[in-house]
Amino acid sequence: MKQQSSLIDRILFLCLVPAFFIALYLVFIWSPIEKQMGVTQKIFYFHVGSAWVAFLAFFVVGFYSVLTLRRPTESRFIHAGVSAETGVLFTTIALVTGMIWGKSAWNTWWTWEPRLVTTLILWFIYVAYLFVRRMEGAWEKIAKLSAVFGIIGCINVPIVFMAIRWWNTKLHPIVFGEGKNQKGGGIEPEMLITLLFCIGTITLFYIFLMRKGTEIEKMRLTVKKTKAKVIEKLAS
Amino acid sequence: MMTILSDALAIASKDIRNELKSKQTIGMMVIFSSLVILIFSFAFDPTNNTVKAIIPGLIWVITIFSGLLGLNRSFLLENENASLTGLKVAPIDLSSIYLGKVIANFLFVIITQIISIPVLFILFDYRFTGEWVWFLLIVFIATFGFITVGTFLAALAANAKNSEMLLPVLLLPLLSPLMIAAVQATRIVLGQDGIEDALSWLQLMVGYDLLFFAACFFLFEFLMEGS
Repeated sequence: MKQQSSLIDRILFLCLVPAFFIALYLVFIWSPIEKQMGVTQKIFYFHVGSAWVAFLAFFVVGFYSVLTLRRPTESRFIHAGVSAETGVLFTTIALVTGMIWGKSAWNTWWTWEPRLVTTLILWFIYVAYLFVRRMEGAWEKIAKLSAVFGIIGCINVPIVFMAIRWWNTKLHPIVFGEGKNQKGGGIEPEMLITLLFCIGTITLFYIFLMRKGTEIEKMRLTVKKTKAKVIEKLAS
Repeated sequence: MMTILSDALAIASKDIRNELKSKQTIGMMVIFSSLVILIFSFAFDPTNNTVKAIIPGLIWVITIFSGLLGLNRSFLLENENASLTGLKVAPIDLSSIYLGKVIANFLFVIITQIISIPVLFILFDYRFTGEWVWFLLIVFIATFGFITVGTFLAALAANAKNSEMLLPVLLLPLLSPLMIAAVQATRIVLGQDGIEDALSWLQLMVGYDLLFFAACFFLFEFLMEGS
């Protein structure tokens, strides 16, 4: 069975390659170097992009979970799973880049600051979600169970966000990241363009990964079904 | 609604009578929480003044760890003789199974706390100076939230072969906002700060309880259909 990737995938890929090179050029050559943090600040562009995609991915998981509960189909189940996997990947990238940035900016790898803690808890919730998906049993059963957990997890994220803000208001005011830059003297226009371009590129990358991931999962399912058929044939 | 409640009470009383006969779950939970206290006495010097700072956290650590033991058993026990299938095909609303289990588990954890929290205070030589009523209210609300989510996820995890390992992984991240609020509120009440500071935490806990109770109550049907 020969299957070529669809036209949309090819167009996406052809857009992604130059977009990444442009992003790299914008980040490392075109955009100015930040005064206080120097070159390390450049990690910020990828960091914000992957954090945004991580949140987007988990929103997509919640969306497909609700759809699965209403009427489970294989495609909805697969979409939710691939999105969760991609989300965990991007959350990990966001956490790691954040830690590297933190080491150079605040001289510590980790601080219990609202955004960091939320992201970490998000990571734990969706790793747990992936564990639920790995349970044994018929796919309809797993689909329902994981969808239920996906919804509960989605409800939890805003609550965690609120709780942690309250928890830390006295100790750590929100001093960094986009919020401050917008409130404070304002972000350099070149930096803003670079940031937006990076976010766009990474979002495009997420869509590409989603499409490829679902394709692979569907292939796996086809192979599994064919295998079961062959075994049945041989056994009878 | 009344039938759901009476069915739930029937299921809860079944669990409670079962527990009264065997006394296994609560016994284990109490022993386990005492052992956690023992380990903490090695980790932190009990004669030191810093103990005051860790007591609020310790209360919730022993509650959650011992509670996990009970939650794990609550649905696994039903797997024996396929009792869960019996419950599912019984002419009752599926949500009443959830409600009944919540009531029974809540009772078990409260009993464990009634024993283990005084033990904690005595062993760490802690003199209670806060307000009793508020302290009990906070413990009650936070434990209810813990059991709400815990029972639901125990039912979910019971489908897996390695449910004992799966349950904490699923439960602990979801509990994080509740536990932050519970520890902070307990700290405020045990210290001499006024209750006003704890009110916003109390609101968060009540909101969490209501939201998750509603969500779990309605989603439980899907959970039972799935398993």
